[in-house]
Amino acid sequence: MKDIPLKDRMKIGRHPIPAQMPDERIHNFDEVNLGYTPELALAEAQRCLQCKAAPCTQGCPVNVHIPQFIQHIVDGDVLAAADAILDDNFLPAICGRVCPQENLCESQCVLAKKGQAVAIGHLERYTADITAEARVARDEVVAATPTGKKVALVGSGPASLACAGDLIRMGHQVTIYEALHAFGGVLVYGIPEFRLPKSIVAYEVNGLRKLGVRFEKNTIIGNTIALQELMIENAYDAVFIGAGAGLPRFLGIPGEELVGIYSANELLTRINLMKAYQDNAITPVFSYKDKVVAVFGAGNTALDSARTALRMGANKVYIIYRRTEEEMPARVEEVHHAREEGVEFIFLAAPLEFIGDDNGWLRSARLQRMQLGEPDDSGRRSPVPIKDSNFSMDIDMAVIAIGNGSNPLLRDTPGLEFTRWHTLVVDPDTLETTLKGVFAGGDIVTGGATVISAMGAGRKAAQSINDYLSHR
Amino acid sequence: MFEIVNKAKIAPDIYQYEISAPLIANKFQAGQFIVLRPLADSERVPLTIMRADKDNGTITLIVKAIGLSTKQLALLNEGDAIADVLGPLGHPSEIENFGRVVVVGGGVGTAVAFAVAESLKQAGNTIISIIGARNKNFTILEDEFAEISDQLFVLTDDGSYKKKGFVTQQLQELYDSGERIDRVIAAGPLVMMRAVVELTRPYATPTIVSLNPIMVDGIGMCGGCRALVDGKIVFVCVDGPEFDGHKVDFESLMRRNEAYRGIEQRKEHDCKIDQQLAKEDNA
Repeated sequence: MKDIPLKDRMKIGRHPIPAQMPDERIHNFDEVNLGYTPELALAEAQRCLQCKAAPCTQGCPVNVHIPQFIQHIVDGDVLAAADAILDDNFLPAICGRVCPQENLCESQCVLAKKGQAVAIGHLERYTADITAEARVARDEVVAATPTGKKVALVGSGPASLACAGDLIRMGHQVTIYEALHAFGGVLVYGIPEFRLPKSIVAYEVNGLRKLGVRFEKNTIIGNTIALQELMIENAYDAVFIGAGAGLPRFLGIPGEELVGIYSANELLTRINLMKAYQDNAITPVFSYKDKVVAVFGAGNTALDSARTALRMGANKVYIIYRRTEEEMPARVEEVHHAREEGVEFIFLAAPLEFIGDDNGWLRSARLQRMQLGEPDDSGRRSPVPIKDSNFSMDIDMAVIAIGNGSNPLLRDTPGLEFTRWHTLVVDPDTLETTLKGVFAGGDIVTGGATVISAMGAGRKAAQSINDYLSHR
Repeated sequence: MFEIVNKAKIAPDIYQYEISAPLIANKFQAGQFIVLRPLADSERVPLTIMRADKDNGTITLIVKAIGLSTKQLALLNEGDAIADVLGPLGHPSEIENFGRVVVVGGGVGTAVAFAVAESLKQAGNTIISIIGARNKNFTILEDEFAEISDQLFVLTDDGSYKKKGFVTQQLQELYDSGERIDRVIAAGPLVMMRAVVELTRPYATPTIVSLNPIMVDGIGMCGGCRALVDGKIVFVCVDGPEFDGHKVDFESLMRRNEAYRGIEQRKEHDCKIDQQLAKEDNA
């Protein structure tokens, strides 16, 4: 089995991941993808050509040694496969589910040039899930000698979790401060249960806790404790800010204050963090039963919102985007899943105005047709309005999912400099902010990006913090 | 961790809590608020802080048991711990010597009005306080206001206690008597704040309102607390909670605040909690 000749390996098609059927899953919040069976995982792993140059590894923001872990699956040693991933990525169960692999590792796969890339994300997820129990059982201990240095991490999202994983293994004392009542940042308030079960986030948080990372909730750095106090009164030797994205952007069109118009963050926070999808939850949500919902935007957050609305009982859900499918920033798999579930896409249309009834509830939207013009700064062709192309749609709810600014809470901290987009100014090599000993990474530096890029920044900062501490 | 060290029912459905929260007490400045979850399954409820005791590490809140989560809180007693308390949140009130300041408080908004009035008094202002309630039973914080006010007017809608009438009538009387008013602070129900703002507009008296919209996270993430101020979207949790009242669009705020009322009342365990609360009252 092991030694399938290269030529034959290239003939094997990519193995789709088993998933709940669309008509079934739109009635529940259980995970859509069910994951590979050992047989499917082996068959998919055998497609890997084991390229020496490993272009896939170069495409990964944290440079996971992909051919190595896949070879361990082929060899039947899943725990070794897990360890090969864990060398570079502490959150494989999460990344296997939410990374945009088609733009990262899988885009570099040699097989992708001729057909379909190896399903690296599905294999990573398989490896993480199948070894979860075994990994819990083996009780990892920190091998490094304690350095006696204390590091505070602000926020408990992917950037901080990755940073903490490295710092604790380097022998430092690590405390994560979280403002909300649950740990995981966007992984718990943003990404829905059907895409990333919260039990997986809890598993990863507990793993860090077992290694000795301390977690403090209900603590907002900048308010409950000032950043300077962390360094002085609390005697931290260094701080990492991974406070993440913040305030949602709105369209800035008339009628946006009508009742029935949510930011994607509010919709998702109510349903994910506050668990409003459960019947006995206390946090209220508007009834979606028989409602027509329009989601504006085309990123993962927009698709999460659309698919959440469907599961809450909406009659019809539209994704409305001013460009075309090609420019959509969302993961390909999410677009595919959304379409299977009956989400309807309206491309090349932009909203002009929301119209309400006498009670101030949303009733319809006025929109305009667009066409693609010249490429803009992002390299994507920018949408241009078509004259006299206005049209109306009756909608009961609108969800605005056009991105976030950065978290506003630390803006008043003396000495901490921000860009005009309100993201933190950092040294690109060290990720140190304008305050000595204070480092930052993730969305608070880049603006809204991906889980894996935040993790990459967290790891890079951990290295810089270690260097900084060793010179003190 | 967040232990209730003192609880008193000060009016029908209205409770005063002193809660152990040393870090928040240490940082609190008048005008700020907290977000609290009584139990691990509760909603996140934004509540203004009435006062903080830095020495004892406590904060004092006034809460009306009106929704499920505030009713859950009402069932907790001295010695019980509150699941989550986050704060202090929002910008502190602008405190300086403005001169003669009228502070208008209504309902549980009286709590934050008190905090601001107390700080303004310490900054050297002359404080004229007007507190209003539906009737005698709902009149709260009268003694506290008496201590820090140069002049205090207490009104009830039905005349069952002190002067009959609305807070705006008293404010109008002050203007009519030629009283110099350098600043007005209003905290209470939206209808009250809107009435105050409309009254002071022709006099061009700077009028500050403390908004209490629907909120979820309270830390500038969800956007649920947005309001229209001066035609622009603001987020009350991080841009407020205090704003120039003359620029606030109260209509849209009122509609948004009303939006969930029916939904929550339909939740079935609501009635059970009401029975429990009634039992406590009888005990």
